[in-house]
Amino acid sequence: MAVKTATGAPAALPAGLAAPPAKQGFWAWLNKRLPVDEFISSQLTGYYAPKNFNIWYFFGSLALVVLALQLLSGIYLTMFYKPGELTSFDSVEYIMREVNFGWLIRYLHSTGASAFFVVVYLHMFRALLYGSYRAPRELLWLFGMLVYLALMAEAFMGYVLPWGNMSFWGAQVIVNLFGTIPGIGPGLVEWIRGDYGIADATLNRFFALHVALLPLALLLLVMLHLVALRQTGSNNPDGIEIKDKLGADGKPLDGIPFHPYYTVKDVVGIGVFAVLFALIVFFVPTLGGLFLEAPNFEPANPLSTPEHIAPVWYFTPYYAILRAVPDQRMGALLMLLSVVSFLFLPWLDHSPVKSMRYKGWMSRTWLALFAISFVALGYLGLQPAEGLYVVLARIFAVIYLAYFWLMPIYTKLEPVKPVPARVIYHAH
Amino acid sequence: MADHAVVAADDVDLSRRKFLTRATIATGAVGVAFAAVPFIESWNPSERARAQGAPTELDLSKIEPGQMATTVWRRSPIYVVRRTPDMVARIAGHDPELKDPTSRDSVQPAYAQNTLRSRTAEFLVLVGTCTHLGCLPKQRFEKGELYPSWPGGFFCPCHGSRFDLAGRVFNGSPASVNLRVPPYSYPNPRTLLVGADEKGAA
Amino acid sequence: MRIEVDRGAAGPRTRSRIGLALTLLAAALACGPVQAAEEAASEEAPALGADWQSWRARNDVTDMPSVQRGARNFVSYCLGCHSLKYQRWSRVGADLGIPEALLQQDLLPPGDKVTEYILTSMPARDAENWFGKAPPDLSLMARARGRDYLYQFLKTFYVDPTRQTGANNLRLPATAMPDVLSELSGLKRAVFRDVMRRAEGGGFIHEQVFDRFEPLAPGRLSAAEYDGFVRDTVNFLDYVSEPTQTARRALGVWVVLFLLVFTWLAWLVKREYWKDVH
Repeated sequence: MAVKTATGAPAALPAGLAAPPAKQGFWAWLNKRLPVDEFISSQLTGYYAPKNFNIWYFFGSLALVVLALQLLSGIYLTMFYKPGELTSFDSVEYIMREVNFGWLIRYLHSTGASAFFVVVYLHMFRALLYGSYRAPRELLWLFGMLVYLALMAEAFMGYVLPWGNMSFWGAQVIVNLFGTIPGIGPGLVEWIRGDYGIADATLNRFFALHVALLPLALLLLVMLHLVALRQTGSNNPDGIEIKDKLGADGKPLDGIPFHPYYTVKDVVGIGVFAVLFALIVFFVPTLGGLFLEAPNFEPANPLSTPEHIAPVWYFTPYYAILRAVPDQRMGALLMLLSVVSFLFLPWLDHSPVKSMRYKGWMSRTWLALFAISFVALGYLGLQPAEGLYVVLARIFAVIYLAYFWLMPIYTKLEPVKPVPARVIYHAH
Repeated sequence: MADHAVVAADDVDLSRRKFLTRATIATGAVGVAFAAVPFIESWNPSERARAQGAPTELDLSKIEPGQMATTVWRRSPIYVVRRTPDMVARIAGHDPELKDPTSRDSVQPAYAQNTLRSRTAEFLVLVGTCTHLGCLPKQRFEKGELYPSWPGGFFCPCHGSRFDLAGRVFNGSPASVNLRVPPYSYPNPRTLLVGADEKGAA
Repeated sequence: MRIEVDRGAAGPRTRSRIGLALTLLAAALACGPVQAAEEAASEEAPALGADWQSWRARNDVTDMPSVQRGARNFVSYCLGCHSLKYQRWSRVGADLGIPEALLQQDLLPPGDKVTEYILTSMPARDAENWFGKAPPDLSLMARARGRDYLYQFLKTFYVDPTRQTGANNLRLPATAMPDVLSELSGLKRAVFRDVMRRAEGGGFIHEQVFDRFEPLAPGRLSAAEYDGFVRDTVNFLDYVSEPTQTARRALGVWVVLFLLVFTWLAWLVKREYWKDVH
């Protein structure tokens, strides 16, 4: 029973996947009322993805897994957590000590938050590597960037909820940034806070946003992101559009059905991720202060600032840029520019080819410099803002921004390599 | 045709595929079941609930004969009645009017499965929750208080269930079993400990 | 080191070589006893406490006897001022294998119920009046400041007549806490040396840098015993900061093993299906 071609109908599925006939009656009833078969054939067995996905292509499905994990663990935390400046900190300790397996639910959520950013940063880096933001995928990229922005807001507000000392002072610093907006700044800050300083009012509204509004926004944006993806189809490491080469059956020659090939492959990715995730959750949940910062084990104290106020690691690159500039307003602007620059990528990249595999030496160099700067800035954001650290932060901030804003020039200047007609694939 | 991405190998081992897929799905299902345990367990009473549900002490010397004191154990009201000899006498003589005179279907520890439904004649310890739908029965200890032949006991105002001075339910009541007796003990003659007995803390 | 001896008449070079060798040998031998004598005299390294910042707690929360001793230490010496308000007595009993009767008899202050949280009897307002600030709750101190911090804190108190409590601390300078353990550890003085440092704006400033401790009076415990006392106490505080940590690590082993098995199976499935792909 050698399968020569896949046409997408259940009867022609790859070996081992025929639908069991016993369900025909119920299946027929269901399909009259809900497009189940249609969904399976269009989104799973009949959706063709490039066959040459490599390790960089695991992080999309992993991001979905982490989202589901955060929703589950987060909803459970809400069952025991009590928002309020007098009750938040105590209720977190109640969860850690007295709720059965509360400690596990808490660590899943705190590790999941950091894991979300690890996965998302690697997912974004893939796009930078292979030009996944290029036409016709600009909207896909923009939705993804909106997911990233919503995620940053969600994580920031989530970190305030335990009402530890770093929660308080981190909120203080970030909310004060809005005060740099000319004219409306100070009023805006008071409006966000709901009080004259970070207070119970702030905590409670952050709770509402973190638990209800932003998760809904995230779900909506992720759905739009996926719909946009299905519309254009996936990019691949060679940057070639597989839809350009169709077989006699109308299916891309270099494509394979998402199900079962990428479903089984993604399960392996999830397994590897789960092993690493479990190692952290069960053995080093604070990760030396990176995932759960030590000052946050003390209750919020408006009269006592921690020695070093540092946001959690995933914000530190931008924090470093903020502090690199001596003027607060300019620093805030530059920090905003650093985040927002990503949005312009589809229109900054003027290279005739999509993938880094075929771009010239300038693009490679600049991407490498960007990656190094991002990591370096992340490290510098954790250090006190003095001496050599500030000097380095300034240098790396410039490189970081130059990656984006010089791109129209260097992508046009450099000689590129010829792009192959078919994707490069080695059996594995 | 030979160009296509997906071409089943000539020696595709269907049974191996099925077996491996099923083994993996089975293992995954086991994993999901284990992963569900913490989430389900988290709903069980926490250490705080268990601590607050620790046995309650009551000083018996504060209760006058014929009086009832109310305390709380595990969020339920606990009635402690100091029965006079007259009240104890009024527990007998109306067994045919009771639904469960020997407390066969009712809930109580072994030492309370007797006519008086208590360890000693003097003190009656009951969970003050009507076994019908959970209201708090009111004390009606006087003879004839409800009607001429009323021997004394409890009356539940919500739907009219009646119980005698041992907490046993009368025929005609919506409730079907006697008022529950919690585990209890006397660490010393002046003190009642609700929620702990020979078996340890409940 | 073989000493070559020329059986014939030893020439001048040989003689000087022998002399050198013998001198070195004598020096080496002489150092030994002198060093041993020094060590015997002070029982610690010559510069007592100079390396305090590298002291590590290196505690093991699975060492049950140690954590139990730490609990006893805490109740005897710390509970007078410090609470552990997130920890229940009954939890200490359950986790450390102390039966309730023993808990009531040896650890619980009279009148406290075993299910209650571990609270100090010192009223917070009085504490603030007496010490300037209320002694902090210690439930999470091992996580907030670290175990090494606690260990160093309890080992670097020294006599300081300029302070109201008569004591100061290297780990937390100008601490409001008196040296409550001095009866156990003994009293010691801190010797500072004057060091010149280049200041930021140019020019030089004088700085007092800690050099070493000097023992003043012995305590009831020897240095080794006091060290053990502190380690046990830090161990207990580490346990209190996260009572579920032992269960966490134990469960983690099984979870990771299971996930490894699952991933291996999933990989076999993947490899099987991907034989189709060319």
